[in-house]
Amino acid sequence: MPKDLPAAPDSTKSKYWRKPLDADKVKIPHGELHILTARCKGCMFCVEYCPRGVLEMSEDFNAKGYHYPVAENDPACVNCRLCEMLCPEFAIFCLAVEEEDAVDDS
Amino acid sequence: MKKPAAAAPEMPHPMEELLRMDRIPHIWCPTCGLGTVVTAFAAALETLELPLDDVAVVSGIGCTGRVAGYIKVDSFHTTHGRAIPFATGLHLTNPKLKTVVISGDGDLISIGGNHFIHAARRNVDITVICVNNFTYAMTGGQVAPTTPLGANASTMPYGNYERPFNIPYLAESSGAVYVARWSALHVRRLTTAIAEALEKPGFSVVEVISPCSTLYSRRNRLGTGLDLMKFYHDNCVIKHGAPTRELDIGFQEEITVGKFVDLERPTYVDAMNKWYAGVFGDDYEPYEGAVK
Ligand SMILES: Cc1ncc(C[n+]2csc(CCOP(=O)(O)OP(=O)(O)O)c2C)c(N)n1
Ligand code: SF4
Ligand code: SF4
Ligand code: SF4
Ligand SMILES: [Mg+2]
Repeated sequence: MPKDLPAAPDSTKSKYWRKPLDADKVKIPHGELHILTARCKGCMFCVEYCPRGVLEMSEDFNAKGYHYPVAENDPACVNCRLCEMLCPEFAIFCLAVEEEDAVDDS
Repeated sequence: MKKPAAAAPEMPHPMEELLRMDRIPHIWCPTCGLGTVVTAFAAALETLELPLDDVAVVSGIGCTGRVAGYIKVDSFHTTHGRAIPFATGLHLTNPKLKTVVISGDGDLISIGGNHFIHAARRNVDITVICVNNFTYAMTGGQVAPTTPLGANASTMPYGNYERPFNIPYLAESSGAVYVARWSALHVRRLTTAIAEALEKPGFSVVEVISPCSTLYSRRNRLGTGLDLMKFYHDNCVIKHGAPTRELDIGFQEEITVGKFVDLERPTYVDAMNKWYAGVFGDDYEPYEGAVK
């Protein structure tokens, strides 16, 4: 192997063996969720397709008699707004909050 | 008991700028996909930064037809099947408007089918968003010209034996210059497709496969709209440029989605102006609309 090539990463040390070169510089976006619970009709599209598993259905009901989403894991929200796009009732949306420094969770 | 979400101050939903809030909540059933399609349309307008005064929405009759009543742009809820002729008139009077038809499979392809093929043939510069829920939903789940073979409908209680139309194939063979199909679950790709269709000069068609939980799904024991979304997730296959003749949809079979047609052809107004310029020479003033 030519000497000037970097050594292969040690895949035993990190499951993210292809750690991006700028991993210490990128900021992970973070979102602040707004849930208009009274409007929700409990379809669960948001809960099912949130890529970060932020949402869960409530145990109690709104005035219309539907369960609605609650943000059980709010800090994990990356403001992708998929919940907002999928919601057929215009009952959930997400706003960007000040970006935080990336944490190395490897 | 789970606690409610941290009580962030209640702010208006960003969609409220685009909705006639005096009519919300809408009439659509729980787990119906129509609200999602409206959001995708709004997101496409946002992407293109189109001033709302430059957009008009026309619908026919049906659950999907209600869209015209909810979107806060100039809109018209026409009689059944007549969204395209109304939109054609609107477009020809003011070609600078982005004229968009949002209507159902029954409205556009059944009673309005003749208008659909002729607007495509003439390449009238409008965008058609056809929400295909495989049924006449509003009137009780009757068979539509899009109901898959074998699916149950209130007028096909033993299953549908009529061969359905394949909407992208119908659109392409009639002359549409942009044809795409996505499901309501593919909400971002759908947004992109609607934006591309809006920008395309000529007759553009975006078919959206969307759950009708109350009629199509219940009659066929397919579960809720969420179950249909999961079905789309597992069974939609993206094949950009797939030949449209291969896009038939079988009952609970794989659904091909993607962008299938994107080509250039003179629009109705362009063809008319070119023709008359040839006939009358410099005496002809190109038509740019009746609204100054
Ligand atoms: C001239 C006329 N014929 C029939 C009807 C009854 N009708 C109302 S909506 C509809 C079908 C709508 O189906 P589709 O366009 O697929 O809309 P969906 O409700 O499925 O969204 C029919 C037949 C009507 N309103 N007017
Ligand atoms: S914005 Fe994205 S990450 Fe945040 S809750 Fe919605 S779907 Fe989940
Ligand atoms: S997508 Fe909307 S209507 Fe459906 S459960 Fe989530 S908030 Fe409620
Ligand atoms: S009947 Fe079907 S298409 Fe109509 S609102 Fe209900 S779920 Fe949606
Ligand atoms: Mg329909």
